[in-house]
Amino acid sequence: MITELGHFCLILAFGVAILQALVPLVGAGRGWQGWMAVGPAAALVQFALIAVSFAALTHAFVTSDFSLRVVYENSHTAKPMLYKVAGVWGNHEGSMLLWVLILALFGAAAAVFGGELPPSLKARVLSVQAMIGVAFLAFILFTSNPFDRLALPPFNGKDLNPLLQDPGLAFHPPFLYLGYVGLSMAFSFAVAALIEGRIDAAWARWVRPWTLAAWIFLTIGIALGSWWAYYELGWGGFWFWDPVENASFMPWLLAAALLHSAIVVEKREALKSWTILLAIMAFGFSLVGTFLVRSGVITSVHAFANDPERGVFILLILAVFLGGALTLYAVRAGQMTARGMFGMVSRETGLVINNVLLAVAALVVFVGTLWPLVAEMLWGRVLSVGAPFFDAAFTPFFVLLAAVLPVGAILPWKRGQLGRVARALAPALTLALAVAVLAWVLATGRSAVGPVGAGLGAWLVSGALVDLWLRAGRGGIGARLGRIARLPRADWGRVVAHGGLGVTILGIALLTANATEDIRVVREGESFDLGSYVITLDRVERFEGPNYHTTMATMTARQGGRVVAVLHPEKRLYPVARMPTTEAAIDNGVFRDLYLVIGDPQEGGGWAVRSYIKPFANWIWMGAIIMAIGGALSLSDRRTRVAVAAARRTGQPLQPPVQPAE
Amino acid sequence: MRRILAAGGLAMCLALAVPVAAVAVQPDEVLADPVMEHRAREISAKLRCPVCQSETIDESNAQVARDLRLLVRERLVAGDSDAEVIDYVVERYGEYVLFEPVASGSNLILWYAGPAMLIAGLGIGFAFVRSRRRPEAPVEELSESEKTRLAELLRD
Repeated sequence: MITELGHFCLILAFGVAILQALVPLVGAGRGWQGWMAVGPAAALVQFALIAVSFAALTHAFVTSDFSLRVVYENSHTAKPMLYKVAGVWGNHEGSMLLWVLILALFGAAAAVFGGELPPSLKARVLSVQAMIGVAFLAFILFTSNPFDRLALPPFNGKDLNPLLQDPGLAFHPPFLYLGYVGLSMAFSFAVAALIEGRIDAAWARWVRPWTLAAWIFLTIGIALGSWWAYYELGWGGFWFWDPVENASFMPWLLAAALLHSAIVVEKREALKSWTILLAIMAFGFSLVGTFLVRSGVITSVHAFANDPERGVFILLILAVFLGGALTLYAVRAGQMTARGMFGMVSRETGLVINNVLLAVAALVVFVGTLWPLVAEMLWGRVLSVGAPFFDAAFTPFFVLLAAVLPVGAILPWKRGQLGRVARALAPALTLALAVAVLAWVLATGRSAVGPVGAGLGAWLVSGALVDLWLRAGRGGIGARLGRIARLPRADWGRVVAHGGLGVTILGIALLTANATEDIRVVREGESFDLGSYVITLDRVERFEGPNYHTTMATMTARQGGRVVAVLHPEKRLYPVARMPTTEAAIDNGVFRDLYLVIGDPQEGGGWAVRSYIKPFANWIWMGAIIMAIGGALSLSDRRTRVAVAAARRTGQPLQPPVQPAE
Repeated sequence: MRRILAAGGLAMCLALAVPVAAVAVQPDEVLADPVMEHRAREISAKLRCPVCQSETIDESNAQVARDLRLLVRERLVAGDSDAEVIDYVVERYGEYVLFEPVASGSNLILWYAGPAMLIAGLGIGFAFVRSRRRPEAPVEELSESEKTRLAELLRD
């Protein structure tokens, strides 16, 4: 009954979305207020309907209703409640429902918080947003319906992939989707502005918070996925350049570029047409990512050819939206005249370099990801493009970006002097070089990655501090600190986010360059050396978990005779899914992680044990969190809260600052 | 989303590896000579497990990955250079197992795409920044109707 209600609401939402796509668009074209006013109402109704539908599916998972095909295929009665709920989006159909839920959420947020938008622009934005909704609701209803029933409901389900039964991964897809789909707002604003034929500073101010929010969510989502890979896959890898990861990384790079170019439009009314193009491409790459992941084209071209229905549908969506938007862009881009004038040495130039580097980096990832497909189709060459290629082809862009970032960040608008910037940054440069030399001296290996990355990381962090100090103006330390405390949040956001990038780069470089690994057979009671630690395998026992069997080791790490940590690495077997997983035991530290993994029993007795020292591992994700905090600070700046001021003027109740995805 | 699929692929690998599943390199595979072992690991990190989804033979738990790891070590012990070992594996399993595509033939496009796009991007960026140094169009001339209107206003 509840399931049917959910299904029905989804169909209704499809109808409402069609209405929302057409009526406000026509209204905006003809200047009919009544028709335009349909937009916000329809957006709210559409969101409510999809929310009911999503709740119905969640109910089916929670109550283990195995008459639903997706529940049968992805759940089990013995599964813990958290994973029953996470199972809703741990499969293709449910994840697409989450996708449209978030899409409708953004539409509803624009309807509620978009009070200060000109009515015609608001109507068009909601209409474009609804068009995307129509396409994906049709995709769900016609090719991936989560409400499909089974004629003969089985007694129990097949269980969720055990690797996904993890708290880090339970929340990874929602964050990633908030990011992907959040970029749809930037796209809708770009297309609406193209139809409108007006792009100015105000437009950039409206589009920026949405992009910022999407970027924050993408940052968190990617970091969660990477952190999960680190502790779950059993050997501490944190990034694999696999196509599915690249699918999320490309929009992140373009969203970062868009954030920066929108500032130029807002402050200086330059880079307008480029910013529109970026907004279109950022969401375009989200769609490309969806296509790559959902069509199965990545796994193999043949898998795609055997079951092309879903893939072709998404390809069609991609072609219509990207093709349509780009055509509109080609027709209208000429009308966008840049106004702002600036010198060769200026913050504008710095941001242009930022955009070139980020966009080209995204394209390199794109080319590398699609190359196996292209090579097979054009030349019949079956080949792979993996980490060694991306490490070589992508890294230089980020080295360049990190090298110029602190300079660009402190350059003034319009016209700057390199001499002045160089003097201001001299202490930061000295510190960075010192850190690089230190990393070189302390390195266990002799690769350049460690020193270069550590130096760049230090350069970014200290450059951010110089940035903050310069913003404090002149006078004594007390006066300066007082001014720093009162700086606009946008300035704090910039400094914090740039510093966070430095922390991440530092972590990646030092972990990659200096990790220690040890693989050996250990009997119970035996000890071995790992760096400056002595590790003892105390005992190995078997236990029963809620839905798995586990082999759990107890291991003690000592340093200089003192116990540092007692750890319990596990090897689990999930009988329903017939799948083993490794649960590494990690002693987290600021400067190093101890990472222990228990393997199989060996024929001559003893256990296979893998142990690692992972220096600076946590800095990678800590940096990502700092970047996200920087984004949030910037999002909470007064400038992006103009909606609140508008609401206050019209006497409506005060809304919290623009947070599109609460 | 990406991870779900990645995990799906991994699940495939793990399923194939049941029941001897364990994490990648096993103690009995490790060579006694640390220099030789280090070379083996470096090579393994560049070779793709043929039955897995984007996993190297160094990370994979699949049986074929283990076989390949042993093969790599066998060839190293037999005195092959790193390049010879890789050629040996590619000869038998095809270009597909190479995670670092060879820079020859059509693959040159792949390798040169990045630098070429960077040069093009910087060129366009430079041209744009230069064009912004001075106003491209001086203040627009008044249109005929505006001139008439101005004349009217001045006459009054």
